[in-house]
Amino acid sequence: MFETLGDLVVYRLLGIDPASHLGAALHFFVMDTAKIFFMLVIIIYVMGLFRALLSPERVRAYVRGKPTWAARSTAVGLGAVTPFCSCSSVPLFIGFVEAGIPLGVTFSFLIASPMINEVAVVILLGILGWELTLMYVAAGLTVAYVGGVVMERFRPERWVEPYVWQIHMGELKMPEPDTSLAGRHRYAVGEVREILRRLWKWVLLGIGVGALFHGYVPEDWVVKHLGGTENWLAVPGAVLLGIPLYSNATGVIPVAEAMLGKGVAIGTTLAFMMSIAALSLPEMIILRKVILWPGLALYAGVLAIAFILVGYGFNLLA
Amino acid sequence: MKEVKILGSGCANCKATYKVVEEAAKAQGAQIDLEKVEDLGRIMGYGVMSTPGVVIDGQVVHAGGVPDRKTVEGWFSR
Repeated sequence: MFETLGDLVVYRLLGIDPASHLGAALHFFVMDTAKIFFMLVIIIYVMGLFRALLSPERVRAYVRGKPTWAARSTAVGLGAVTPFCSCSSVPLFIGFVEAGIPLGVTFSFLIASPMINEVAVVILLGILGWELTLMYVAAGLTVAYVGGVVMERFRPERWVEPYVWQIHMGELKMPEPDTSLAGRHRYAVGEVREILRRLWKWVLLGIGVGALFHGYVPEDWVVKHLGGTENWLAVPGAVLLGIPLYSNATGVIPVAEAMLGKGVAIGTTLAFMMSIAALSLPEMIILRKVILWPGLALYAGVLAIAFILVGYGFNLLA
Repeated sequence: MKEVKILGSGCANCKATYKVVEEAAKAQGAQIDLEKVEDLGRIMGYGVMSTPGVVIDGQVVHAGGVPDRKTVEGWFSR
């Protein structure tokens, strides 16, 4: 359906040669824009209808007071299904600390949340197939779990800004959410609007980069330099490249699609996706309000190493 | 007069929330005393971790995202 739309718009309407670079790039852009926005609207709406209102406030109540391994598993799982705006990461961090949740568990949550989200997962399913989706999710959950454990070993408490320990949090007295069908419909429509409003630029940018990659980067070059396991610099290179690029998992998917299509190795692609989604510079700067630089450097280091290992692992498996 | 507070660290979503509340109140002809709360300690004092949040007369009515216009108008029609 989307392929036909791409054919129609680019080759028939605009009359661009399918064999040209421009034709290939534009075709990819039109097709993916239609496909991704179509899927986004449907998926966010359906999720909105069915998702019990899982707010971070509720997550905190679930995680609080559990033994560490259970708390960490819950935090990772809930992190994967609860979306939150990146400007919430500071109050979220303080809220977790104040509830007496161990710092390592909090880090696990902070890693899992941007890396895995339901929107990205469903789009991954639609574009890259279930095997890759499963691999990405499994790797993401593992990195979040193990990353938090490693952080804890370094006693990160000493890097928390002192004022954080002094904040006392009030009990939340929120009205019960409206769970009637009409109420959930309203909530779902609101979700679609808000998430699209927040994401559309990044998604278009991602599709644009993917389209340029698809249309203009020669395949032999890609296969030679980024394809196999011979060039061991490809994986760390992909992770480094991802750090200054600020986007979320949803925006990276079209880029990953184009990379895989040109023959970039699977592990290299996954490492790049993870790096972009969970290791961004702006996110670090926001977290600086609560964590001192050495703590942040460790956080970034742990994540970078984890992504590189994931990348090598999948490249070897493939 | 209702005392309305917008909780948020100053991100784009928080500003959008402020605007929605301001406009909805005006449209409903409601007199409100609108205030932005950016101090983290005070935000957390309401128990809110996901910003933006909205507090009316000391009661948290919304947290985590920009509320939709209909919901906001509902707060001022009573």
